[in-house]
Amino acid sequence: MSLKIIVLAKQVPDTRNVGKDAMKEDGTVNRAALPAIFNPEDLNALEQALRLKDSHPNSTVTILTMGPPRAADIIREGLFRGADGGYLLTDRIFAGADTLATSYALHMAVKKVGRFDLIISGRQAIDGDTAQVGPQVAEKLGIPQITYAEEIQSVNDGKATVKRRLEHGVEIVAGKLPLLITVNGSAPACRPRNAMLIQKYKHAQTASEAAAAQLGDLLNKRPFLKLGEWSATDVNADPQQCGLSGSPTKVKKIENIVFQAKESKAFDDSDGQIEELMVELINNHTIG
Amino acid sequence: MANFYLDNPSLKHHLHHPLMKRIVELRERNYADAEKYDYAPFNFEDTIDSYEKVMEIVGEITGDVVAPNAEAVDAHGPTLSNNRVQYAPGTVENLNAAVQGGLMGLTMPRRYNGLNFPTLTFIMAADMAARADAGFATLWALQDCAETLYEFGDEAQRRAFLPRVCAGETMSMDLTEPDAGSDLQAVMLKATFDEAGNCWRLNGVKRFISNGDADIHLVLARSEEGTKDGRGLSMFIYDKRDGGVNVRRIENKMGIKGSPTCELTYKNAKAQLCGNRRLGLIKYVMSLMNGARLGIMAQATGISEAAYREAVAYAKDRKQFGKAIIEFPAVYEMIANIKAKLDASRAILYETARFVDMYKTLEDIERERKLDAEEKEELKKYKKLADAFTPLGKAMNTEYANQNAYDCVQIHGGSGFMKDYPCERYYRDARITNIYEGTTQLQVVAAIRHVLTGAYLAQMKVYQEEITAPELSGLKARLAKLVDIYERLVPKVADTKNNEYIDFHARRLVDCTGHIILSYLLLLDTQRNPEAFRVSAEVYVACTEAEVKKIDDFISGFDMDNLKYYRK
Repeated sequence: MSLKIIVLAKQVPDTRNVGKDAMKEDGTVNRAALPAIFNPEDLNALEQALRLKDSHPNSTVTILTMGPPRAADIIREGLFRGADGGYLLTDRIFAGADTLATSYALHMAVKKVGRFDLIISGRQAIDGDTAQVGPQVAEKLGIPQITYAEEIQSVNDGKATVKRRLEHGVEIVAGKLPLLITVNGSAPACRPRNAMLIQKYKHAQTASEAAAAQLGDLLNKRPFLKLGEWSATDVNADPQQCGLSGSPTKVKKIENIVFQAKESKAFDDSDGQIEELMVELINNHTIG
Repeated sequence: MANFYLDNPSLKHHLHHPLMKRIVELRERNYADAEKYDYAPFNFEDTIDSYEKVMEIVGEITGDVVAPNAEAVDAHGPTLSNNRVQYAPGTVENLNAAVQGGLMGLTMPRRYNGLNFPTLTFIMAADMAARADAGFATLWALQDCAETLYEFGDEAQRRAFLPRVCAGETMSMDLTEPDAGSDLQAVMLKATFDEAGNCWRLNGVKRFISNGDADIHLVLARSEEGTKDGRGLSMFIYDKRDGGVNVRRIENKMGIKGSPTCELTYKNAKAQLCGNRRLGLIKYVMSLMNGARLGIMAQATGISEAAYREAVAYAKDRKQFGKAIIEFPAVYEMIANIKAKLDASRAILYETARFVDMYKTLEDIERERKLDAEEKEELKKYKKLADAFTPLGKAMNTEYANQNAYDCVQIHGGSGFMKDYPCERYYRDARITNIYEGTTQLQVVAAIRHVLTGAYLAQMKVYQEEITAPELSGLKARLAKLVDIYERLVPKVADTKNNEYIDFHARRLVDCTGHIILSYLLLLDTQRNPEAFRVSAEVYVACTEAEVKKIDDFISGFDMDNLKYYRK
């Protein structure tokens, strides 16, 4: 059975190796100082999608991403690894979106993409760590969801069997298609970019990028190089529910916190001291 | 998150050599494939951009997958069960990544699902792979056997095997036997034509076969009964799917443990003849080995790169007598020398790769159409240069890899002798490079011919002309003086017409040649990129001066009668 799979992916600032200038004075992320990367868990999600494509001939994997124009990189990165196409959802009106407004915009775009069997996304993005967008998209589309997936074990007979990685172990569950799955970082890493595909798709561009670049009639000769680009109007989104105006989340205050150990305690190896340590750890709920 | 391409600007420097323009032009046949293949480039810039992007993929895989696996692969190694090789788990991961990255069959034409990349990029990939894990570099570089199959196999064989290589099936070259190592004319593996099955059958034993359980083998065997020399040998293709070849044992080696070195038994193994009978050794294997030698040059260079980085990191980190040991002249000199030898190795590696690309691409074009007079001259020129530079570079780079790994261990002191640092692995891995695919002593046998014909001298003069930057005039003048010495020295040996005497001094003359040629190449690199190479050029030329003078002293003061003290 062939599958239509949509992968939700986000371009994020690389917050894993932050330097001194990672934050601005006002406490917001200094995006200019951090390299823009493919959100790591979205790569795990993409790998799950590509594995399904490998095992289900004629399946397609479509990348859907929302962001500024340069987020088209995310679609290209997906194509280099084996995805079939993608859409960039970009519009000034989307700026300042919290998770609610983001999931609203994404779900409208999913509707525009059309029929699908699976939506797969990373569990959360490293710039917000909310893990809300995937589940909210599922709710808005009215489809079931499976979160914390580590492996999509099989998809057949209209259902997917998924191994979930939870705090204290694993759980294997099945969900009916169409289904949204969010994938954990513990899932297999994404395959590398492919030498042939990178040559095939390196010139892939959205309409606005193509207008700026000078590629002659290459895009007409190779129509697969045209990437989808949608505005809020294109996906019939209500402007009131997009961006800042669609975002009930208000940041009240941002504080800079420096992590440091406030105190340290030395224990010797006598039974009494170990007993004392145990009691203390149980009392402050570190263990037990 | 390491990328062995992006963190090493000298690779980009070599990828952007001016001769690349001509190589790409020839290789892409004026971009004719752009109409047929959706991934084919449409102009020079687009092509180089594709090379860069693919080298970045290689850099990522070697940095993020192969290098982190190297220690475990070295400890675990391959195992044998039921006469079949099981790679170490890390090796399996490495191969999967390389296959998923589409990095097999890099140089094969697009009609066989290849990338149609030049040899130079394949060599660059091997350079990065060897920095990560020299054993894996051996496995990966064996895809170069496809080149020989492409050149000498017929169209049916190309169609049958090349797409499989591009899809990730591995290859081996089965040459060595217990009694036929350096002297391949003694190969005894028997090939007989089976009239009933209308195929060839192979019987016998091969030894020391790298990746001996490969999917597709090129086998040197004796097809002409009653013959005893190289003219009775032919080359065969053995497909593992047909069965008949078993792995009897895997050798327990000092280094490159990731690469299984096998003893093979052939029992009536079905095989196809590749090319013509009797040309197996004298034509095909010679071509195969030249390609392999270039691959070993790359492997040696990659090991030198790893040794250099490890040496610098340790010397900066390690403090003694109140300061980092890199502050001490005894240590910083070693590091400067490692770097100079590394940069010099890379200079001749890519120069040779360009020569190979030029002549091989022209040869390939010759299969499609007649070459014009100018192209024929070009082919002849670069083939000659490739023939001369391959043994010279193989000798120099592999000896340097050993010296660099040795010095890297030395810089680590006692810690270098422990298994705690990777330098001991580099030291063990480097040791095979100046042995296999022809020892340094055999490279000298090949190179001395070109010393005596004056081929290297002529090339030194070409380089001398090419160095025009005023700021290099001092170094250039110093090299010119060394060329004068060289020009006097070679006839001093050659004119004796005494073969034993010439053989005795051959290593010295080839070393002398290597030092001067590599110096010139470093100057040319400096001319294009002073910031990156000036320091190494200074260090290397100083060393070349001392070496050439030492060799001159030794030979000039040597009394031929004193050979008796060396002779057994």
